[in-house]
Amino acid sequence: MKNSKYLPLIATFVVFVLAYVICISVFPNMLSTRVAGNLLTDNAFLGITAVGMTFVILSGGIDLSVGSVIAFTGVFLSVILRDTSIHPLVAFVMVLCLTTAFGAAMGATIFFLDMPPFIVTLAGMFLARGISYLLTTDSVPITHPFYSTLQEIYFVMPGGGRLTLIAIVMLVVFAVGIVLAQRTRFGTYVYALGGNLTSAQLMGVPVAKTTVGIYALSGFLAGLSGIVFSLYTSAGYSLAAVGVELDAIAAVVIGGTLLTGGYGFVAGTFLGICIQGLIQTYIVFDGTLSSWWTKIVIGLLLFGFIALQRGLMWMSERSARNMRHASAVQASSA
Amino acid sequence: MANAQPLLSVRGVSKAFLGVSALENVDFTLKAGEVHALLGENGAGKSTLIKIITGAYRRDEGEVLLEGTPIFPRDVVDAQKLGIGTVYQEVNLLTNLTVAENLFLGRQPKRFGLTDVREMNRRSRAILDTYGLGIDVTAPLANFSVAIQQVVAIARAVDISGKVLVLDEPTASLDAHEVEMLFSVVRQLRARGMGIIFISHFLDQVYQIADTITVLRNGRLIDTVPVAGLERLKLVSMMLGRQLESGIKRTIDPSTAKTEPLVSLRQLGKRGTVDPIDLDIRQGEVVGVAGLLGSGRTEMAQLVFGIERADSGTISVAGAPVGMTSPRKAIAEGFAFCPEDRKTDGIVGDLSVRENIIFALQAQRGWMRPLSRGEQEALADRYIAALDIRTSDREKPIKFLSGGNQQKVLLARWLATNPRFLILDEPTRGIDVGAHAEIIRLIIDLCEHGMALLVISSELGELVGYSSRIIVLRDRKMIDELTGDRISTDHIMKAIASHGATGEAA
Repeated sequence: MKNSKYLPLIATFVVFVLAYVICISVFPNMLSTRVAGNLLTDNAFLGITAVGMTFVILSGGIDLSVGSVIAFTGVFLSVILRDTSIHPLVAFVMVLCLTTAFGAAMGATIFFLDMPPFIVTLAGMFLARGISYLLTTDSVPITHPFYSTLQEIYFVMPGGGRLTLIAIVMLVVFAVGIVLAQRTRFGTYVYALGGNLTSAQLMGVPVAKTTVGIYALSGFLAGLSGIVFSLYTSAGYSLAAVGVELDAIAAVVIGGTLLTGGYGFVAGTFLGICIQGLIQTYIVFDGTLSSWWTKIVIGLLLFGFIALQRGLMWMSERSARNMRHASAVQASSA
Repeated sequence: MANAQPLLSVRGVSKAFLGVSALENVDFTLKAGEVHALLGENGAGKSTLIKIITGAYRRDEGEVLLEGTPIFPRDVVDAQKLGIGTVYQEVNLLTNLTVAENLFLGRQPKRFGLTDVREMNRRSRAILDTYGLGIDVTAPLANFSVAIQQVVAIARAVDISGKVLVLDEPTASLDAHEVEMLFSVVRQLRARGMGIIFISHFLDQVYQIADTITVLRNGRLIDTVPVAGLERLKLVSMMLGRQLESGIKRTIDPSTAKTEPLVSLRQLGKRGTVDPIDLDIRQGEVVGVAGLLGSGRTEMAQLVFGIERADSGTISVAGAPVGMTSPRKAIAEGFAFCPEDRKTDGIVGDLSVRENIIFALQAQRGWMRPLSRGEQEALADRYIAALDIRTSDREKPIKFLSGGNQQKVLLARWLATNPRFLILDEPTRGIDVGAHAEIIRLIIDLCEHGMALLVISSELGELVGYSSRIIVLRDRKMIDELTGDRISTDHIMKAIASHGATGEAA
């Protein structure tokens, strides 16, 4: 009974293990830390922004702006580093402040103007993309030596796989995200908002502060993801990361988080990212398949998980009804 | 009980909305260690008073004293901090969080800046133990029944507030065992010296648990009396007011009683909503339905019209059984239903009088066969004239019409479908005196033209005026059927007050 909360997470885990077993049985070489290291590196930016997306979706919202914010971050960094002598670390701080404020502003609009998150973040998506174009329409390479230094940092895992800096950043973000969701008041408030807004308000949840905080967090993580993306590609391009918000949403949902909010885990999102990464890796190993198969399999998985969640909701409603009788008996004997 | 200072006292409180008075100069006193029931029909001002006490509304006049000090709660959360906690009928907790998280939301114990889950669970167990509730506090609240959720809500309210507990219809969706469990919790809190305000439509429960009763009617205080020694009949008449027999008394043609029934209900019911009912309704007959709010009268009408699905019994129309699974099916059988709350269930405010009138007929024909504009206009004009609907123009949006005229438009909508059987739920609520008489005349008129009607009303006087028979509902059961000379407000009130001997005992 108690496990129903964890069932989507368990289902995701089973899918992940199955996918891994299939991959290994076809391509035994995939069972190596090299592949694992690459998978984490290639999906680091997506993972980081997906953590932010998890909080947003848990609260019953959506953030469509993250892909544009990632592109904006890359363009901003590349232009600043090209045109000024500001150190990249200072530029990182600047861009993180900007994206966090951007997210907070969207959160404030959503709460104080009582607007649907879909519309507000859609506007944010166009805005951030538009500003990126305004800065430059070219792909600007980043040649700062500090970038090369950061790209050289990695940790060699047993088996020869490389755990790069950006992969480590993603893992740290996931770890912090899990603690934030499960062990802080803010985390509980996020679940509370997703559960029932009116009840949360009546129970004294600071709804305004929490809403602004959630979108600020998503903005911050989108900025961090943009920094990681610029390290990954060594360039800033205003057309980059188109549709990443949808990949992030897909990872969150495949990770077992309910799209309507209130139920789910940050750890599930990590598995969602890994499943997407595995499919991509499989396609690379195969070499003959079109890369669009990633989208097709992700689409099928999404359908599967939405159906699973619907089924679980239905089952738990039914069991709650059956519980009535049991509890009445318990009460009369008490 | 001999406490000199009351726990909570409300003095001369008034509240008006847009110039309409909802509460006038009401006094209310709650002692520590007392369960105080607050009773009254719809619009009596109960919920306004409660919302003023719990900080959801600001009072216009008067004062609220908690332990002798005037309080001005800004909102519900503020009132909680002052010591006034509320538990609503629909539990306002978060079913996706664990039991412990619900108890400690916003005040979780911390350790090194992070929530100390172990400590929170330990304290939750300790709190629930005092209520004799040994449940798994780490499980999501959704896993538990409404009754247990209610107890958790009470535990949270008591733990945060601790002085006054307001229970707003907490038993409405509970079965008998669950109510007993809830009441044992309430008794325990009373013994601890809390003041409890209890709102319920179930008189039996009020007699079971309350020490004192305050009755409100039309925004005014009627009386505050101890439960011991209060006769039920007295209580019911306090709630309903002195009901005058209406001047109109329809003479009933005895021959109708012999015709075959048009609509027959056999053991029709739904668990937890309405107990199985047997009822025959003949053509040319008005069957009145009397009962207090929450007695199951509206729910019964919804079963008959297929809005709610019955889980027992059958409905036959003209002798043939019909599976009443949806309102569409009911409309196809020639049924029509004017719901109680015309603002939310009936009219479409922005559409014109004409559009509102043709609605049901168009739905019956299907959208593939639209009524022509000419047909629509002819139809609308005919009913505007026939029912004397006062509107400057048939194209006027219906929201600009008075309540009585809106009600007539709703009636016209259903009459346009040419029904055999018409259900009216509170057809005269909230309309002026003139329109009132016209609606009553219309009911009698329709009946004399051979329609079968089922009319639900709190206005016992008018019910007596036009009904051929009256059935009385109480606590979701049909408890009496009044015919012939027994059709009178006295008999209705006696029927509502009868049963459950707890009241008369003392």
